[in-house]
Amino acid sequence: MCTTCGCSGAASHHHSEHDLSEDGLSENDLREDSLHTSGSHTHDHQNSPDSHIHHHNDQARILEVEQSILSKNDRFAADNRQRLKAHNVASFNLVSSPGSGKTSLLVRTIEQLRDKAGIAVIEGDQQTELDATRIRETGAPAIQINTGKGCHLDAHQIGHALDHWDLDSVDLIFIENVGNLVCPAAFDLGETARVAVLSVTEGEDKPLKYPDMFYGSDLMLINKIDLLPYVDFDVAKSIEYARRINPDIEVIQLSAKTGEGMTEWTRWCLQHLEKDTSIARDNRAESCNTNA
Amino acid sequence: MHELSLAEDMRDLILEKAEKDGFRKVEKVWLEVGELACVEASAMEFCFSAVMAGTPAQGAKLEIISIPGEGECHQCHHRWRVQELYDCCPECGSFGARIIQGREVRVKSISVI
Repeated sequence: MCTTCGCSGAASHHHSEHDLSEDGLSENDLREDSLHTSGSHTHDHQNSPDSHIHHHNDQARILEVEQSILSKNDRFAADNRQRLKAHNVASFNLVSSPGSGKTSLLVRTIEQLRDKAGIAVIEGDQQTELDATRIRETGAPAIQINTGKGCHLDAHQIGHALDHWDLDSVDLIFIENVGNLVCPAAFDLGETARVAVLSVTEGEDKPLKYPDMFYGSDLMLINKIDLLPYVDFDVAKSIEYARRINPDIEVIQLSAKTGEGMTEWTRWCLQHLEKDTSIARDNRAESCNTNA
Repeated sequence: MHELSLAEDMRDLILEKAEKDGFRKVEKVWLEVGELACVEASAMEFCFSAVMAGTPAQGAKLEIISIPGEGECHQCHHRWRVQELYDCCPECGSFGARIIQGREVRVKSISVI
């Protein structure tokens, strides 16, 4: 409703066009309206479907925007998801602190899976091609995205990375996000599943310290378990903490170095080629941005 | 520091609006930020003024409206004001709330000339 004239805002109008007797305006409104007839006050309810504009010359007007600032990223993510689904590609967004062993894990994963599936990798780092080079040494194609000052990958960058490949020849895409347990949590990339990697050289309380990341992840990989005899990391506690935040989170313990647990992990990846989880993920993305 | 990219997305959103709705200056932006959104208000204010330089929103005031977190217990469906994602349900003690509100970062309205 227009607070100046009390109209319902259903159509474009100018104040001088109001039929005053039919509008039933108060004397005060009429006085104000007489000012409007000079042409200084116009309304437009029709030309902006998602906002309500009032013109009062140089007076400030309020535009109701009601839009999530992640809505642009979410639109790109939805496009990526649809595109990957159309080509039957499963994609995984790997998130963790720096140094959890994501790249070593991917190298080992490619070695174990390359005979079973077409694999491609998107590497996200602030600087250097080092990680993409390590991946390419396995024979798998890799795109390096340098985020510069950015602390996370976004869906728009992923869309451009996908342009580099014939998606019909790819089955699995691994996206290694920037090592950061905070910022990547907010940005849906259009992935099939999000995988949080936690290494035993970190604290078991990481899920509680960085809850957003574990809330939004489908799987927690506990990496470097070959080092468990040498560190104080409490595996049971780390799982309990993660499930306080996300009761549905799956957990796999592994060592990319010794290969222990790798079969369970690669099986988990392959099962996503058979089941389509992107619909569930779409729903969840929606519930995370209820006001988008 | 993802506040910087959120502020950039906010700038793009405002520029799109400016083109569509034809205003030349933004005086104030009301931004709703959920308590569970992982967005730091002071960082957001800093990034906002930095990225709006040279746009119709240069010098605009940013008012952050805090939206309380609300969660629903996945066991007993009790709803309560969640302060942290690892809060347990005050009714049945279960962990793992489904977050209903408080993760949003949303431009509510803008005051323009």
